Amino acid sequence: MGEERPGGAGSGSGIVPAMKIPDDLRYSSDHEWVRLEDGRVRVGITDYAQDALGDVVFVQVPEVGAVVSAGDSISEVESTKSVSDIYSPVAGTVVEVNPELDTAPQRLNEDPYGGGWIFVVEPADPADVEALLDAEGYRALVDG
Amino acid sequence: MTDVTTDSEVANGASGARGAKPGGRATSIPLMGHDEEPTIFELSSPGRRAWSFRTQDLPEWSAEELVPADQLAPAPVVLAEVSERDLVAHYTRLSHRQYAVDLGAYPLGSCTMKYNPKVCDEAASLPGLADVHPAAPAHLTQGWLELLVALGEGLCEVTGMHDITLQPPAGAAGELTGLLLMRAWHEAQGRQRTKVIIPDSAHGTNPASVTLGGYETVTVKSDERGCVSLAALQEVLDEDVAGIMLTNPNTLGLFEEEIAEIAAAVHEVGGLLYYDGANLNAILGVTRPGDMGFDIVHMNLHKTFAVPHGGGGPGAGPVAVSPRLAPYLPGPKPVRGADGVYGWAQPERSIGRVHGWHGNALALARAYAYLIANGGDGLRSIAEAAVLNANWIRHALRGSYDIPFDRPCMHECVVSATTLKKTKGVKALDVAKRLLEEGFHSPTVYFPLIVDEALMIEPTETESPQTVAALAEALVRIADGASPADAEAPRVNAVRRVDEARAARQLVPTFDARQEATPSPSPSPPSGAEQGAEELKAVGSI
Repeated sequence: MGEERPGGAGSGSGIVPAMKIPDDLRYSSDHEWVRLEDGRVRVGITDYAQDALGDVVFVQVPEVGAVVSAGDSISEVESTKSVSDIYSPVAGTVVEVNPELDTAPQRLNEDPYGGGWIFVVEPADPADVEALLDAEGYRALVDG
Repeated sequence: MTDVTTDSEVANGASGARGAKPGGRATSIPLMGHDEEPTIFELSSPGRRAWSFRTQDLPEWSAEELVPADQLAPAPVVLAEVSERDLVAHYTRLSHRQYAVDLGAYPLGSCTMKYNPKVCDEAASLPGLADVHPAAPAHLTQGWLELLVALGEGLCEVTGMHDITLQPPAGAAGELTGLLLMRAWHEAQGRQRTKVIIPDSAHGTNPASVTLGGYETVTVKSDERGCVSLAALQEVLDEDVAGIMLTNPNTLGLFEEEIAEIAAAVHEVGGLLYYDGANLNAILGVTRPGDMGFDIVHMNLHKTFAVPHGGGGPGAGPVAVSPRLAPYLPGPKPVRGADGVYGWAQPERSIGRVHGWHGNALALARAYAYLIANGGDGLRSIAEAAVLNANWIRHALRGSYDIPFDRPCMHECVVSATTLKKTKGVKALDVAKRLLEEGFHSPTVYFPLIVDEALMIEPTETESPQTVAALAEALVRIADGASPADAEAPRVNAVRRVDEARAARQLVPTFDARQEATPSPSPSPPSGAEQGAEELKAVGSI
């Protein structure tokens, strides 16, 4: 989420519905979520990110097999507003990408934590995930 | 008509007073209701023609006799068959539904949609200019060549540069030309560099041009004042930096006050400074990129010099350079010989042509007319009025919108709908669409990227104080009355909210008349993504 720099949006009060931040996920400060699944990590963008980006119209997924470092820009999300980089939250190898996004990029808006996942990385060191924000830390980030 | 009047009165919040109010609002359109205009193919009737030749003494040839079989289309191309009368009426009706600079204020930030004086059109329409073939020899086109040379000299004077090419047909083409010049210059210094720096507030064309020019983009963050951070710049400056691309004033409408220090730092490591001229309108006759230390400058004549634009051109994006880059300029260039005779010359180490012929010559002629009609003092007053109008708007919008960088701006101001979104659920896009109901064109939205819910407002110098006030009042009224219903705006215009996301997701850039001519036999057409996929397939198979 390189280009996008959302400011402070609603934290649950007022007219804007509360952003979903599931407790069982980890988060990056670039508004990506990570789910640890049997030693692999599934990655997508947060509810907050999809709301800030607006309607997603194109997702360029990384190549399966690509060896990536933490912080590498490996994917791109294009919305009607802007184009944003997606960074790998951990070092490792890309083992799976979401094939559905080619024809249905709107999954990122409809179901950011489910059908809108972008790629899966086999981390070089699964402990790297521990360095990411937890739900509470991420909530503090977007409310700040 | 009664409905239309009521609609617009409600939308305007008018107090019931009839008649024209001062301030150029285009709320008098559309004139004749809201019916959808059929496509030209729906108006088609087999065999109908716009014109026919009554006497034909010439022999007729069939296409098969004239064109090799393998170059003929398998079936005749489907064209609309309409009379001249229906044809003219169709496009006239469409044009009446279009917002235009000639209708009212067009505060589309970064685009400088100023009014285009008709005298410039008239000058460019003179047969001595308009009827000349670009291949005509120099001894028959001395007037044209004199015009091009004089325009080049005038633009160099305005920008403080040494020499110029008039070939690039647009701003982005100017950017690429500038980067190719940068490349050629570094090549001649004996060592090619790899990176070009751009600020995070830059126009999207900048990184695209950097990539096309064969360089890697390095982004430098803006500081809390919205300007390039000298400290962040120092961190990325090294001997691999070919140059930096800057817009000054930048896309936040703010003047880069540390430009002298930035120029010194970039030159220190052997890099060049590129000036993106999109915002040149703000500094005309006041200061010059050449004096700030820039080496390469592009101008958008279709912005700053009032050449009509929108809808794809034709524009003009001349590139002016400092003395050390002049030998690399594209050629052939129009030149004045020692004997006063004009001709063409190729710069010594030219990068070659960047456009066919001599650029968009009639756009150049309009810009020259504008230049001499205004003169040096006129250009300065253009910049001053543009800056005054933008600051007037900025003051008027305080309290209604967030103003992330609330200090004197140049020719445009950037405000934000962040608080409106939070408290009333109304986004920048909704505000923009509401403004259409108020009879103004929308500002630029969601740019620059570093401002959330950005609205980038550039009133330009051509709007009167009354029009600027009417525009500001409309924006304040929109903020005051903001409600989630604004997601439906525009409600009173001929065209309602368009589905931008669907247009981008199901990209169908060509119109296939055959699909329109044959209605689908299926009683329930496929919806959503399925339909899009089918359309794509159909287009792909042509």
